[in-house]
Amino acid sequence: MIGARSVEADAPGRRRGGRIVKATVLRLTLLTAVLAVALSVSGHAQERMAPARGGLEAKLEYCKTCHGLQGQGYLGYFPMPRLAGQQPEYIEAQLRAFIERRRSNPVMRNVAHVLSPSMITALAMHFRHLNPPPFGGAPRGSIATGKRIYEEGLPEANVPACSACHGAEGKGQNEIPRLAGQVYQYTVGQLSGWKSERGQGTAVDTSAIMAPTAHNLTRSQVEAVAAYVSSLQ
Amino acid sequence: MKRIGLKIAILAIFASTVSANSSWAGESAAVRNCTWCHGTGAQGYTVAPRLAGQRPQYIMSEIRSFREHARNNPFSKQYMWGAVAALDPHTARDLANYFATIQPRPANDGDHTLASRGRTIYMDGIPEANIVSCYACHGPNAEGVRDIPRLGGLSYSYLKGRLEQWGQGYHSTPGSPMPMVATHLGPEEVEALTSYLSFVK
Repeated sequence: MIGARSVEADAPGRRRGGRIVKATVLRLTLLTAVLAVALSVSGHAQERMAPARGGLEAKLEYCKTCHGLQGQGYLGYFPMPRLAGQQPEYIEAQLRAFIERRRSNPVMRNVAHVLSPSMITALAMHFRHLNPPPFGGAPRGSIATGKRIYEEGLPEANVPACSACHGAEGKGQNEIPRLAGQVYQYTVGQLSGWKSERGQGTAVDTSAIMAPTAHNLTRSQVEAVAAYVSSLQ
Repeated sequence: MKRIGLKIAILAIFASTVSANSSWAGESAAVRNCTWCHGTGAQGYTVAPRLAGQRPQYIMSEIRSFREHARNNPFSKQYMWGAVAALDPHTARDLANYFATIQPRPANDGDHTLASRGRTIYMDGIPEANIVSCYACHGPNAEGVRDIPRLGGLSYSYLKGRLEQWGQGYHSTPGSPMPMVATHLGPEEVEALTSYLSFVK
């Protein structure tokens, strides 16, 4: 606009030419403004909808906001479990348990009920391939005790070896979850409150397998096992 | 900005003339340096958030973020980068612990009519729109934990500013999920959430 005005002022004898220049400058200015608005609108829209592939990518970002940017788990007000490297069958089974209210959790019930069966499968398959280092932060003093319980169980207390089902390296199989690298506070919370969160209602739920074992472990044994598995890569 | 400048000037005059046996004498110079801007009783004032009742680990983590210039929105640059530059870690910890013990008062400056919508978003998020629950990290009463801040009762305008800044690409604590959270919130969700939070006791 300043350019247009100065052309007019500097060349009063060439009004016609000046007017053409003025019109051109005005048109250019207008075009630039329109483009700028259009670009900023599209830029903003892209930002809001990012990542562009709506469905799966956006949902994964949503999961990782709480479960860690690499799925390694996170400590919020509640501990958010590691999903990275988790058995897909286990993730699917748990999401279904949240939806069917066999597993009670105030946050995950809302999260899961909007997921379609195909989305659940796709999410579960994604996390299996992630392999970040463990979240860490567990106390180290009881790791040796935890390793012994994990590998040998506590026969006198009717606690079987964890490794019998979860595998020597804690990787799990099918519906039996991976424990390796799991967030310490999460494992402690689950084993301490097994019956108040898992296997709710009257429907058959595979979590019943763990109920006696969780019940038979003392608090310090729970902490030792949780510390050990949290250290596994 | 003018109001803050004026307030600082008034406080400076007041502080220089106040007698030694007033309540101010009980506060250290370090505390006073904070409350000039963060308000009487550290309850917050305009753009400077309430520090009263804030999680001490959060205050320390933010001081570190200002010192390392990781938290880089305009007011942080203008005020906090300089304010913490000469603050040693020991004093920072003492300040954080001191402010954490002060009873916080809610700002109550949001829109009442949006509070119940805000509470729903706070608790449940909007799963269909990939907006996460705030409750999962900040707790049932927005009280925060460890280095996750208390949000309950912070002023509507401060909270709104922070959420908007993350959406605009400003940073805070490294590794925080908040930039990702904020980019998914639309203006209406921000209004509702921040209104709700301003009333939380």
